[in-house]
Amino acid sequence: MAEILLKDLYKTYGETPAVRGIDLTIAENEFVVLVGPSGCGKTTTLRMIAGLEHITAGDIFIGDRLINDVPPRDRNIAMVFQNYALYPHMTVYENMSFGLRLRKVQKGEIDIRVKEAAEILNIEELLERRPKQLSGGQRQRVAMGRAIVRNPQAFLFDEPLSNLDAKLRVQMRTEIKRIHQRVKTTVVYVTHDQVEAMSLADRIVVMNNGIIEQVGPPQEMYDNPKTRFVAGFIGSPAMNFVPCKLTTNGDGLSIKLTDGVDLKVPGEREKRYRPHVDRDLILGIRPEHLTECRQHTNEQQQDFGCDVSVLEPMGIDTMVFMEIANVEVCARAAPDAVKNPGETMTFTIDMQKMHLIDPSTDTVL
Amino acid sequence: MTERFIDSRSVQTEQFKISWLTTVLEDQRVLGYVLLIPAFLLIVVFIGYPFLLGVWMALTDKVVGTPGNFVGLANFTKLLDSDIFRVAAWNTVFFTVVATAIKAALGMWLAVLLNRKFMFSRATRAAVLLPFIVPTVLSTLVWLWMLDGTFSVFNWILRWFWDLEISAFGLVIKEDFGYIRGPNWLGDPYYAMGSIIMANVWRGLPFFAISFLAALQTVPSELYDAADIDGATGWKKFWHVTLPMIKPVAVVVVVFSFVITFADFQLVYILTRGGPNNSTHLLATLAYQQSMHTGNLGEGAACALFMLPLLLIVIILQLAYLRRQGVQ
Repeated sequence: MAEILLKDLYKTYGETPAVRGIDLTIAENEFVVLVGPSGCGKTTTLRMIAGLEHITAGDIFIGDRLINDVPPRDRNIAMVFQNYALYPHMTVYENMSFGLRLRKVQKGEIDIRVKEAAEILNIEELLERRPKQLSGGQRQRVAMGRAIVRNPQAFLFDEPLSNLDAKLRVQMRTEIKRIHQRVKTTVVYVTHDQVEAMSLADRIVVMNNGIIEQVGPPQEMYDNPKTRFVAGFIGSPAMNFVPCKLTTNGDGLSIKLTDGVDLKVPGEREKRYRPHVDRDLILGIRPEHLTECRQHTNEQQQDFGCDVSVLEPMGIDTMVFMEIANVEVCARAAPDAVKNPGETMTFTIDMQKMHLIDPSTDTVL
Repeated sequence: MTERFIDSRSVQTEQFKISWLTTVLEDQRVLGYVLLIPAFLLIVVFIGYPFLLGVWMALTDKVVGTPGNFVGLANFTKLLDSDIFRVAAWNTVFFTVVATAIKAALGMWLAVLLNRKFMFSRATRAAVLLPFIVPTVLSTLVWLWMLDGTFSVFNWILRWFWDLEISAFGLVIKEDFGYIRGPNWLGDPYYAMGSIIMANVWRGLPFFAISFLAALQTVPSELYDAADIDGATGWKKFWHVTLPMIKPVAVVVVVFSFVITFADFQLVYILTRGGPNNSTHLLATLAYQQSMHTGNLGEGAACALFMLPLLLIVIILQLAYLRRQGVQ
């Protein structure tokens, strides 16, 4: 239950930089998710907070305390590991109480805390078992129990769900959220799964190449990505990126795709885009904003035709793949409205939801 | 035409033969036993026969050159009454327990050190194995020379320390302790036992260190991370995480080494031949002396057989432990 402050944090392994200057404030009781592709520095950052990795440069504060040189055991944090890291020779009870026993907490107190955590996690009947006798999901719960009994200032999660099968992962996701609502504490959670990040986080931190690309609440990350990387990383299926040219069209502006498709830029964005007229840019549009031809609900929705190349039915929607300007583009259409591959289909694009990206800086304009 | 006819018939018979053998071997119950035959023969010829012959000889009064008569357990009762045998039995237990304990403790220490990353760590790991690779007879001859009554290098070093001039703070201190000879390593009963234990430890340490090192490397690093966060310091991490994790391997290594050390022969035979005054006689060297030097094969075999029940107990305990581990 404390604020965590990262100040200009650096980590290099020999010559290889892993984390290249991170500034981040995590508020008390906030659930922050660090997300990014493998090798982006998210786990290294978490391990530096935990004290398992030496800091090359920068400062870390937990509460008001500078903890750069404080060993992990004195940082008052608990961590849940990807492979659970349960001690195989100890029972569940012993696993959960190990940290307390080392801290010489009274036996009665330990018992109360372990039972309480076991009750929260629904593992009361497993306390005498050994990790080998547990399923993946149960081990995950024990790992969380070990963290909860410590009653730490912050919980650190290192990809805790990546070893579980898809169904269990979704279940445990909800479980973690429920537990956080019950055990109010600061959480730093690392994952490479953007769905996990979206569904759990109060705030998402998208990392790439050792730096923070963008920080914000999930919905904001989805609606207003600041860089091409964030735009492509958040949302599933990923955003389409189509090369285009911004041109003037009478009074207004329009986006010309290389195929000759001409899309009108919404009036309120004209001022923002005006300086970039006649430049080669990239149009970013999410599949869900590119649908089968629908009745327009606002004037920014426009239609165009294209040949269907591949269909991927998902049940609720069908993903329609087509080729625009030599780029594969995915649209999300109602299953009964799709045409067969090879046939021409009319699509509606919602230009209010589009993004224009400057390819020279990869930032969203 | 006729020729071709005959040809095809013989081919058919050939095929029939092959398919008959194949059918039999296809049966896994048969194939299993067939595959066991070579190993079984090796065991029968090189272990089973000598063992049974030994048991038989132990029950006879066979002397070299005579057929020997069945005497029942006379050899065993005679041995139990003999002072030399009782000394040798006690020596064997003492030697084995002390040497194995030192090897286990030092081996663990060495393994933990070797498990760290340092310059030339791979080369060091390989070098540690050297005492184990050199044939025991050769390395023991070097020990014999190093522990020699007159030319011992240990005593030479001791003497050098004795003659050392210590200069500090402008003062020169020259202590004269007089002439020191150093211990008579192989000539004094206590030093002799210490010497054979030392040589045995030197030779057996690599086996412990490398086995423990291999076990250490299977401990997931995440467990140490978890222990760090749980609040365990270095020694507690070793006690609560490392040791329990490598216990199954450690038990096997200790028992295996116990058995080998218990039956050690070459080292003692070269260094002391059981002397001085039988103070380093082990069951193995005594058995050899009885049968080869005295020519009393029956008594020698009985002496060697005395090792069996003790080792059997140790091995049964080990198997029971491993089975319990498996259940867990």
